[in-house]
Amino acid sequence: MRTREMKKKVIIGLTTVTASLLLVACGNTSETGDSEIENVSIGILQYMEHDSLTRAREGFVSELEEADYIEGENLTINYQNAQGDQANLQSMSESLVGENEVILSIATPAAQSLATVTQEDPILFTAVTDPVDAGLVADNEAPGGNVTGTSDMVPIEEQVALLLSLAQDAETIGIIYNSSEPNSKIQADLAQEAIEAEGLEVKILTVTTTNDVQQVMTTLAQEVDAVYIPTDNTLASTMPTVGEIALEYQLPVVPGSAEMVEAGGLATYGINYEELGRQTAQMALQIIEDGADPAEMPVETSNSLELVINEEVAESLGIDPESIVLPE
Amino acid sequence: MDIILSSISQGLLWSVMAIGVYLTFRILDIADLTAEGSFPLGAAICSITIVSGMSPLIASLLAMVGGMLAGIVSGLLHTKLKIPALLTGILTMTALYSINLRIMGQANVTLLGQETLMRSLQSYGLENRLAVLVVGGIAVGLVILVLYLFFSTEIGLALRSTGDNEDMSEANGVHTDTMKIIGYMMCNGLISLSGALIAQNNGYADISMGIGTIVIGLASVIIGEVIFHNLSFAKRLVTIVIGAIVYRLIIDLVLQLGVEPQDIKLFSAIILAIALSTPLLKKKVKKAKRIVGRELN
Repeated sequence: MRTREMKKKVIIGLTTVTASLLLVACGNTSETGDSEIENVSIGILQYMEHDSLTRAREGFVSELEEADYIEGENLTINYQNAQGDQANLQSMSESLVGENEVILSIATPAAQSLATVTQEDPILFTAVTDPVDAGLVADNEAPGGNVTGTSDMVPIEEQVALLLSLAQDAETIGIIYNSSEPNSKIQADLAQEAIEAEGLEVKILTVTTTNDVQQVMTTLAQEVDAVYIPTDNTLASTMPTVGEIALEYQLPVVPGSAEMVEAGGLATYGINYEELGRQTAQMALQIIEDGADPAEMPVETSNSLELVINEEVAESLGIDPESIVLPE
Repeated sequence: MDIILSSISQGLLWSVMAIGVYLTFRILDIADLTAEGSFPLGAAICSITIVSGMSPLIASLLAMVGGMLAGIVSGLLHTKLKIPALLTGILTMTALYSINLRIMGQANVTLLGQETLMRSLQSYGLENRLAVLVVGGIAVGLVILVLYLFFSTEIGLALRSTGDNEDMSEANGVHTDTMKIIGYMMCNGLISLSGALIAQNNGYADISMGIGTIVIGLASVIIGEVIFHNLSFAKRLVTIVIGAIVYRLIIDLVLQLGVEPQDIKLFSAIILAIALSTPLLKKKVKKAKRIVGRELN
């Protein structure tokens, strides 16, 4: 066991059943004192099975591991995944409350469910685009409650600038997203503002399921010169289709995430969800080790943005991948 | 104990929807898919009304009225345009998707920090789960009482006879079309009300809330019928409430068992299948006993 100097403040008197089983002769009192890392329980509530969300979770767990919290040794992770079933979120939230030092919620509905169930346990969220709009925090700088975390708000303005630099002669820019995803609408509105501010036309078409994508994208492709796509789950899973149609009509596509570029987009300046999860773990450590109060921890946006280019797509469009750089 | 209390309180809220599903099941002999649209419709109307500053009680009632309107649309499609009931449900559900988005203006409306029925009870010093229990209990009690009284009236009896034997009712001068429209209207009103209650309980209304509604409703109805069969109307409604609670309990137990998250749906389905096949198993056991008994004599 590695020892570390720890300034343990009193964490709200939590004694967990699992902790007491694993702890060997270590009184379950929350007295301060320098000791080895005691057993910590962390709850994780993930809304659905989805690549970005899972990466965020894995990043969170690896970062804890690097801080010497090893699952099965001194860390218990109570992981629940609602598989997109909102009826189960409530029960899962209730089962996690009161058992963990910190609960991580991944995606908006998971965070909302937890925030409804407890006003005491520290809750962290990740992969939430607009925490204020979702009612999770009063203010991004001063959350004011028991909830804070990391937002996956993408740098829309930079992404739009990138798109416009790739489609110099464009007059009309298309935006396509699933109207039933709250995060997508927020991003699409912002993108529309940014594009119109540059004096260009915007044409928005929406889908409701993966089945609509082919038809809607084809319709859109005939009417626009370039396409912007928010980090939309439905579009993310149909990017190969979108990419094919875009090539057919020779359109540059800038999607919201790196994964979507790999699956058929041209390029983006985006978030790495694993890094976002790591960033969230850093916030968890502040709560566990220093007794930080979520009410006073500002919501963070991603620290590590990266320019991702799909060279194959670039060459098919006759664009030299080397020439793609972030516009000033 | 905690999990049981949690299942009961949530089961009560869902049971309002299950009763709605049961009635269409009885009156039309079909699972009305309108439910998958009218459930989030209730959530949408309720959340928007609450956010705009109205009382949660008025919001919940408005949600119910919205559901009734959706039911009337389904009823008209089915009776006047002669569209089969299954397709009618699919049509209305599809249309409601866009309507719900229009109502909410976005895919997810939060109720965190807003006044809800549960929260107004909490201000009287009730603990959260207890507040849900009280709200659910009152809602279910009122629904059963009103339905019980309604189904003893002349219209109510005509409605039930339409469900039992349409040709015979028509021959006796019952306007079966009108009865069906009334049935659709009542059921979807209840389903929307349930959506409104669940949204207040969950802290948000979401466009995807309706997915799986009909399954939860039918499962509750069937479990209720499996546990107690051949009952009078009022008692049957009570068994559906119990069915909804048992269904929630089954799912919550599965979640508690520490099943791998990806296997949850599989386990839910297996356990439900076991619950639903008990009547047949019982029969077989009885028959086997009889045969064994005969051989011994």
